[in-house]
Amino acid sequence: MDPMDPNLARSLSTLLAVVVAAPLLGAAINGLLPRLLSRRASAVVGVGAAVVSFGAALWALLIWFPIRASLPGQAFSATYFSWITAGSLSVDFALWLDPLSALMLMVVTGIGSLIHLYSVGYMHDDPSFARFFSHLNLFLFSMLLLVLGRSLLIVFVGWEGVGLCSYLLIGFWYSDAEKALAGQKAFVVNRIGDFGFLVAMFLLIFLMNGSLDIPGLHALAEGAASPLKTQAGLTTLITLLLFLGVTGKSAQIPLYIWLPDAMAGPTPVSALIHAATMVTAGVYLIARLNFLFALAPVTMAVVATVGGLTALFAASIGLVQNDIKKVLAYSTVSQLGYMVLGVGVGAFGAGVFHLMTHAFFKACLFLGAGSVIHALHGEQDIRRMGGLARKMPVTHWTFLLATLAIAGVPGLSGFFSKDEILFEALTMRHASGAIPPWMNVLWFGLGISAALMTAFYMFRLYFLTFRGECRDPHAHPHESPWTMALPLVVLAAGSVAAGYLGLPVEHGNFLKGFLGPVFEGGEASFEGHGSHALEFGLMGVSTLVALAGIALAAWWYVGRGREMPARLAAAAPTLHRTLLGKWYVDEAYDLLVVRPLRALSGWAFRLLDAWVVDRGLVHGPARLVVLVGRGLRRVHTGDVQAYLAVLALGVAVLTFVLW
Amino acid sequence: MTSVPLTAWILLSLALVAIGIAGVLTRRNLLIALMSLEILLNGVNLAFLSFARFHGDTTAHAAVLVVMAVAAAEVAVGLALGIAIFRHAGSLDLDRANRMKG
Repeated sequence: MDPMDPNLARSLSTLLAVVVAAPLLGAAINGLLPRLLSRRASAVVGVGAAVVSFGAALWALLIWFPIRASLPGQAFSATYFSWITAGSLSVDFALWLDPLSALMLMVVTGIGSLIHLYSVGYMHDDPSFARFFSHLNLFLFSMLLLVLGRSLLIVFVGWEGVGLCSYLLIGFWYSDAEKALAGQKAFVVNRIGDFGFLVAMFLLIFLMNGSLDIPGLHALAEGAASPLKTQAGLTTLITLLLFLGVTGKSAQIPLYIWLPDAMAGPTPVSALIHAATMVTAGVYLIARLNFLFALAPVTMAVVATVGGLTALFAASIGLVQNDIKKVLAYSTVSQLGYMVLGVGVGAFGAGVFHLMTHAFFKACLFLGAGSVIHALHGEQDIRRMGGLARKMPVTHWTFLLATLAIAGVPGLSGFFSKDEILFEALTMRHASGAIPPWMNVLWFGLGISAALMTAFYMFRLYFLTFRGECRDPHAHPHESPWTMALPLVVLAAGSVAAGYLGLPVEHGNFLKGFLGPVFEGGEASFEGHGSHALEFGLMGVSTLVALAGIALAAWWYVGRGREMPARLAAAAPTLHRTLLGKWYVDEAYDLLVVRPLRALSGWAFRLLDAWVVDRGLVHGPARLVVLVGRGLRRVHTGDVQAYLAVLALGVAVLTFVLW
Repeated sequence: MTSVPLTAWILLSLALVAIGIAGVLTRRNLLIALMSLEILLNGVNLAFLSFARFHGDTTAHAAVLVVMAVAAAEVAVGLALGIAIFRHAGSLDLDRANRMKG
């Protein structure tokens, strides 16, 4: 396949196997032997597994990076064994390392390791310490399968695995019914999306003659007479079904409703799974299959529109939430909307860039929030916080940096990535001309409005939490231990620095060049119509927007305008209530989906289960046997001589007949 | 002996079998029923041996020996059952030993 040095190839395959196997082993040890291990040993195993995985990933990357140009598609593939062979279907267990999976690998294992370390401090007093690390390791394993899988089926296994771990970790404190239900909600809502993913895979299996290999799919999509090109309707259907999976996993309209509830889980889980890694799986999937999505302009328009709407919609809810984690949750939904908007307009690189920067600053924000919650012994209501800046300097400074990054202040990572998405939302055109240009304006409008709201609600959160005076006289906050502070510092540094990987320079930025080979197929279908002048102009606009949002938050929450929020709420009570009630989407789903389904299943239970299955299929045969037996028992008189008489008679008859 | 034709032996054997069956089916007493069973079996044995003799083939002797062994076992078991039934019901009347009905 490639003229690669066999020694290098062998060590790369081994390293990739270690990357995936270490967390699985850690999960097994902590999961199967929780009683044999002390807390310290559980922590060492749990964090160790993540760090080993990170180390192996880094090592693999160092080997792969200099030789990548000599590999086909810059991808190193390692096939370990033949996994499924059934008829024409054959799936190898194969992992691969290409620019996209390398980037994801670094984000997942790097940020994952930091959050594992943080959890040692955060979960310190929890009785189920080992179980927590077992689930966290299992999550890491599944996420790595998702990112490294070379076949869509392996990606799907990881996809389901992270869903399972998400469920387990949201409902980690399962004795609280509300938290257990939140886990269930996440799982059930994700099933809807997974259904789409599955059906899309079935369709692809038929198109691909029994293979789900991603490079094979790429080759199929590139072919001149490819069925994906000749049957545009089918391609649109497949990509829309895949996008249904994306809306589930990446919390987009209409399936975003599980993510805010998922905040019931421990805060490190929110940071790792529901901010930095798992929820970006959908964005990763679109980026990974960019060549496929690019063939379906209708789907792309749907993707971008849904992303933009989600960004704005979730941001509007975030404006009025009072739970520190809920604000961050809606912010995550909103930022995921940005990423989806990015990949939807054909700016795959920009979407992935935002995925990476968001992983840093949002993980930092969540861990900061966790640090605050930890210090206040479980308090999550920002109306009862305030003035924490002096008491918790490390948490405060890291939180501030991450807040500046997400708000889009120039010089920090969020600014570069968000700006790139906004710029490309306005300027990218599908080469087929199937997408009218006014949609670009719409997308840009959605994005820039969401940016204003983001800057406002993030600084509202910051001011209410860290500035002013403490509004809870009983609180005695303290700074968190080093295991929690160190990840905060590293992530804050990342929130600042990660943006410089994608610094816009004359000939495209470094990240774009790095990811280029992956997105060649998809980006060929798009044309950028922007100029550098426009890009810098938009940078100015978004800087102004960010500063306006920050200034407004400062004026309302620490400045002279402190009575303004209350006055506004009083002036538009309906709007305020609607926002507080999260647009009543949960209630609408309850009325339109949950209740009808409950009624239907109640009906099915009473009719089908109770009557057809229980009375018909189960009790029916039993009653038949009883009836037949009741009839036949009359023959059993218990009189041996009578039996013998019948026997003799039978023999006589037989003799007579046979003679 | 040899002057007696085969038919006579077979008729005798049939008569023994018929007497045995009639006894087993009609007598109420377990002991009599067992004795009738012995007559029946011996009737069968007689038929075997008669044919063996007239055909000059000794294979049937094996069958006869097996039947005799089975008959001995059957008597042992039957008598033991008789004792058990008598202890249980106080009589050996077969009409009363019909508790095993459905």
